Amino acid sequence: MTKKLPKDQIEKNFSPIDPLMTKAEAKVESNRCLFCYDAPCTRACPTHIDVPSFIRKIATDNLKGAARVIFDANPIGSTCARVCPVEALCEGACVEKTLVEKPIEIGRLQRYATEHVTTSGKHIFEAGEPNGMSVAIVGSGPAGLSCATYLARLGYKVTIYEKKPLAGGLDTYGMAEYKMTQKDSLAEVALVESLGVEIVVNTAVAAEETGDRRPETGIGTWSASDGHRGSQESEIRNQDGDAAQSSVLGPQSSSAPHHSSLITHHSEDAQYSALSTQHFVSFEDLCERADAVFLGIGLGDTNDLNIPGEDLEGVIDALSFIERVKTRDWESAPLADTVAVIGAGNTAIDAVTQAKRLGAKKVMMVYRRGREHISAYDYEYDLAKKDGIEFVWHASPVGIEGNGRVEALRCRRNDGSDEEYTIPCGMVIKAIGQQKQGAFFGSIGLETDEKGRVKIDINRMTSRENVFAGGDCVNGGKEAVDASQAGKLAAMAIHEKLTGETVSFAGAGGLLRISRREEREDTD
Amino acid sequence: MADLTTNFAGIPSPNPFWLASAPPTNMGSMVERAFDAGWGGAVWKTLGEPIRNVSSRLAAIDHGAQRMIGLNNIELITDRPLDVNLKEIYDCKKKYPKNALVVSLMVESNREAWHEIVKQAEGAGADGLELNFGCPHGMSERGMGAAMGQVPEYTCMVTEWVKEVATVPVIVKLTPNVTDINYPAEAAVKGGADALSLINTINSVMGVDLDSMVPHPNVNGKAAHGGYCGPAVKPIALNMVSELARNEKVNIPISGIGGISTWQDAAEFLLLGAGNVQVCTAVMHYGYRIVEDLIDGLNNYLDEKGIASVSEIVGRSVPRVTDWGNLDLNYEVVARIDHSKCVQCNLCHIACEDGAHQCIDLVKQDDGRVFPVVDEEECVGCNLCYLVCPAPDCISMVRIDDGKEPVSWRELNG
Ligand SMILES: Cc1cc2nc3c(=O)[nH]c(=O)nc-3n(C[C@H](O)[C@H](O)[C@H](O)COP(=O)(O)OP(=O)(O)OC[C@H]3O[C@@H](n4cnc5c(N)ncnc54)[C@H](O)[C@@H]3O)c2cc1C
Ligand SMILES: Cc1cc2nc3c(=O)[nH]c(=O)nc-3n(C[C@H](O)[C@H](O)[C@H](O)COP(=O)(O)O)c2cc1C
Ligand code: SF4
Ligand code: SF4
Ligand code: SF4
Repeated sequence: MTKKLPKDQIEKNFSPIDPLMTKAEAKVESNRCLFCYDAPCTRACPTHIDVPSFIRKIATDNLKGAARVIFDANPIGSTCARVCPVEALCEGACVEKTLVEKPIEIGRLQRYATEHVTTSGKHIFEAGEPNGMSVAIVGSGPAGLSCATYLARLGYKVTIYEKKPLAGGLDTYGMAEYKMTQKDSLAEVALVESLGVEIVVNTAVAAEETGDRRPETGIGTWSASDGHRGSQESEIRNQDGDAAQSSVLGPQSSSAPHHSSLITHHSEDAQYSALSTQHFVSFEDLCERADAVFLGIGLGDTNDLNIPGEDLEGVIDALSFIERVKTRDWESAPLADTVAVIGAGNTAIDAVTQAKRLGAKKVMMVYRRGREHISAYDYEYDLAKKDGIEFVWHASPVGIEGNGRVEALRCRRNDGSDEEYTIPCGMVIKAIGQQKQGAFFGSIGLETDEKGRVKIDINRMTSRENVFAGGDCVNGGKEAVDASQAGKLAAMAIHEKLTGETVSFAGAGGLLRISRREEREDTD
Repeated sequence: MADLTTNFAGIPSPNPFWLASAPPTNMGSMVERAFDAGWGGAVWKTLGEPIRNVSSRLAAIDHGAQRMIGLNNIELITDRPLDVNLKEIYDCKKKYPKNALVVSLMVESNREAWHEIVKQAEGAGADGLELNFGCPHGMSERGMGAAMGQVPEYTCMVTEWVKEVATVPVIVKLTPNVTDINYPAEAAVKGGADALSLINTINSVMGVDLDSMVPHPNVNGKAAHGGYCGPAVKPIALNMVSELARNEKVNIPISGIGGISTWQDAAEFLLLGAGNVQVCTAVMHYGYRIVEDLIDGLNNYLDEKGIASVSEIVGRSVPRVTDWGNLDLNYEVVARIDHSKCVQCNLCHIACEDGAHQCIDLVKQDDGRVFPVVDEEECVGCNLCYLVCPAPDCISMVRIDDGKEPVSWRELNG
C-alpha cells in the first residue's frame, strides 16, 4: 500500500483552505464594503442574497441578523460560503474589485455569519402553521434541502427520501474536504431538520418495488444488484470518527428512527450493510401519499471511459474517491504513489488536489485538449498548480494496462501525430463528468430532453401533474448555489400550484416562472 | 525648503506645531522627547492646585473599522506637585532654548492666587502663559475652567489679573461650550490677552455600554460627561477659528486646536487664520512621531505652491469666508458622471433618490450595462452624489454659466 503522509500532515492539508475569519478580520472587511445599492454582488449571486445588508449587520455586530439575511435567501448559505466559486459570482462582481482590485471577501464573511448560527444552536426560522398538506422530496442535496426549508416555513409537512446513509447530497459526499467537511454539511442539514423536516435516509425512491415489499407502506428493501452504487460507501463516519449523528443516520442507527413506521427494517448481519442502501419507496406511492413531489436527485454515476482495462484494481471514479477521502479515514483511502486523473473539470481538480494532499508523490491531470479548453475555474486550476500537480495536455486515454492492478495509462497524443505512449501510474481516477438521470426519469414516466435532463415547464413542473424538479437533474450540473435557488423557486411554484396563492422568498422576486435566462447549459 | 518658523504673539518656534496642554505634555521627560521628535513647542499640562483623578477616564467613538475618530476625557488638570512641575519646566527650557515652552494655568477665581502662579511659571522660564478657561468637566464644577470661559465678564477679569503681573505673552484658551465664541474672545481681548487658543474640549457623553447600561467611561458604575476632541471635532474648531479670524475686534493671534492629525488639517487651520496649531489626540493615538509628516507634508505643500514661508498662508482663506446672505444665488453647478470611472455601486442614485432631488436615474446603455445618468435640468447642484461616490474623479460638479450677473440674498433684499 502506498505510504501516506503522516496523519498530522494530512490533517493540515485538509484543514479549511479559507479559514474562519477572526473578529478583527470581519470588522475590517465588513467595513470595507460600500453598501452598494441594487448591488452587483447581489445580482451576481444565483440566490440573490442581499449581500450589503448582511455585511452591514456583521459590521454592527448583529451576527444573528446577518445569518438570517443569508439563510432567508439561501438555506444552504453555510455550504455556499465555503464552496461557491465566488470569483465567478459575487466577488467577481464586487465594485471593490473594480475599484482597488480587491473584492470584499463575501464568501468568508458569509461563513463568519452563518457559523454563528450553525455552531450556536440558535434558531432563525420557525416552521409555518401546519396547512394540512404534505410534500415528498427525493434527494437531500442542496435542491432538496432548500425546497424543504421553504415548504416547511409555509406549513407543509415535508419528508425527504435520501438513498445515502447521510443527508446533504454532494454537500456531504462531494465537496473537496479542504473546502468543507461532512460535519459542516450535517450542521446545516440539522438546521433544516429543526423546521420539522423529516429526512429518511438509506431509502431510495424507485419506479416500482424491488424486493420484499410491505404492502401497507409500499416500502421495501433495495437490492444492491440493481445497478445503483451503494456498496463501496461503507462505514460513512463523521469527522471525529464516531458513527455519524443519529438524526441523519439510517434506520439501523441505535436510536430508534422517527420514521420507522414508514420503513421496512431489513436487518442484515454486518454493520457495514447497516449503513448502505437497502430500502426503497415506490415513486407511485409517494405521488399518492403526498400532495406534491419534488425531485432533487442530482446526477448519476461518473461516465465510463469505455477503454480496455477499466476494471483493473486501482481504477476508481472521482466521486467514489472523494467520498472515501471525506470519511477522513486517511488510512484506508485508496491511493498510489503515482496517480493519473482523467478529465479537466472542477471535479478533476478536486481529485488531483486531494490525492496529492493524501500523499501521492506524483499526480497528473490528463486531458485530451489544451489548457485553454479546460472547464475548471481559473482559481481551481491555480490551486492544482500550487499543489504541484503535473498536467498532461492533448492526451486521449486509449487503455489502462496492468496485471490485475493498474500499472500504466496508455494515451494517444492529440497533436496530429496520433502517437501512442504509456504513462506509468498505480492509480487512475476517472473524472470525465457524470451521467444524467435519464434512465431513472424514464422509468417513472417523466419526459426528459435529449441529454437526459428532466424537463420542467414554465411553472417548474415536470410532465407529470404535481411533480416538480430542480437542481443538477434539471440543469445538467451546475453549482450548489444554483440548486439551492432552484429548490426555492420550486417551493414557490408548488405552493402556487397547490393553493393558488403566490408567495415570494428573499432573492426570488419575479423569478418564479422559468425565463430564457435560465436556459440550461451543460458544464461537463 | 519653505521657512516653517513662526513667531506666535512674540513667542518664536522652529515650526507651527505645538503640543496642546494635555497628557502628552504631562512632565519634563515627555516634553523633551517631543522636542527631540521635532515638535516646535509645547503647552505644559495645566498647573494649579494638585487634584485627584479618577480611573477610568477616557472613552472613544469609532467609525467602522477606524478607531478613535473622537475621544472624550474626564481627566482634570495636573495631578503632580507644583514644585516638581516647575523644576522640570526650568530644566526643560534650559535644555531646549529654541523650542517654545508655554505653561498652562488654572487656579481658583482669586486675584492673589493668579498672581502667585503667574510669577511661579515665569520664574521657571516659561516663554508664555496659557490660561485654561476651557476645561468643561470637573474643574468647572469648582468654578474654574469653562466656568470662567463661559462668562465673558469673568474671562475679562481674570485675564486682567494675569496681565497685571505677567511679563511674557498671555494666551487665553477658550471653551467651545458657548453659544457664540465671539463674546468670550472679545472679553479676553478686552482683558488684555496677547493671543487666543481654541478650542478646548466639547461637552460630551460618548456612549453607553449595552451590557452594563453604564455610559462610558465607567467609574465604578457611574459616569460623568466629559470633553470631546479628536478628528471628529475639527469642523467645529475650524468654524470657531474662522469666526474669530473674521472678527475685527479680535485683532490678536489665534492658536488653532481641535482634531488636527495631518498636515492638511494644520494647513486648513492656518489658512483660516490660525497663527500656529496645537495637537493632542493624534499624539495620544500614534505618538510624537507624527510630527515628522506634519512638518514634511506642510513643507512640500508650501514648496509646491511656491510659497516661501508658513506665515504667508496664515489667514489666506479668511476673505473667502462670508455670511450666507452674501453668496451668489446665480452660481450654478450640476453633477456630471464619467462612466469610464464609474464602478456601478449606484450609491449616487440612491443618495439622490432618497436624500436629495431624485435626478439620477439608472439607465441601460447600448452595451446593456446600467449606469447612473444625471438629469441636469433637475439637478440642484447639492454635491451629495459627488460626496458619496467612491470612485476617484468619477463625479464632478460642473459650472453651468448662463452669463447671469451674480446676485446675493442680501442684494435682493436691500
Ligand atoms: C466532486 C464534486 C465537487 C463539487 N464541488 C462543488 C463546489 O466546490 N462548489 C459548488 O458550488 N458546487 C460543487 N459541485 C456541484 C454541486 O455539488 C451540485 O451542483 C449540487 O450538489 C447539486 O445539488 P442537487 O441537490 O441538485 O444534487 P445532489 O447534491 O447531487 O443531491 C442529490 C441527492 O439525491 C439523492 N438521490 C439520487 N437519486 C435518488 C433516489 N432515487 N432516491 C433517493 N435519493 C436519491 C442522492 O443520493 C443525493 O444525495 C461539485 C460537484 C461534484 C460532483
Ligand atoms: C485626556 C485629555 C486631557 C486634557 N487636559 C487638558 C488640560 O489639562 N488643559 C487644557 O487646556 N486642555 C486639556 N485638554 C484639551 C486639549 O488640550 C485640546 O484642547 C483638545 O483635546 C482638542 O485638541 P485635539 O482634537 O487635538 O485633541 C485635554 C484633552 C484630553 C484628551
Ligand atoms: S459589490 Fe462589493 S462593495 Fe458593493 S455591496 Fe457588494 S460586497 Fe459590498
Ligand atoms: S448634486 Fe445633488 S441633486 Fe444633483 S445629482 Fe447629485 S445628489 Fe442629485
Ligand atoms: S457613486 Fe460613483 S461609482 Fe457609484 S454608481 Fe455613482 S458614479 Fe458610479
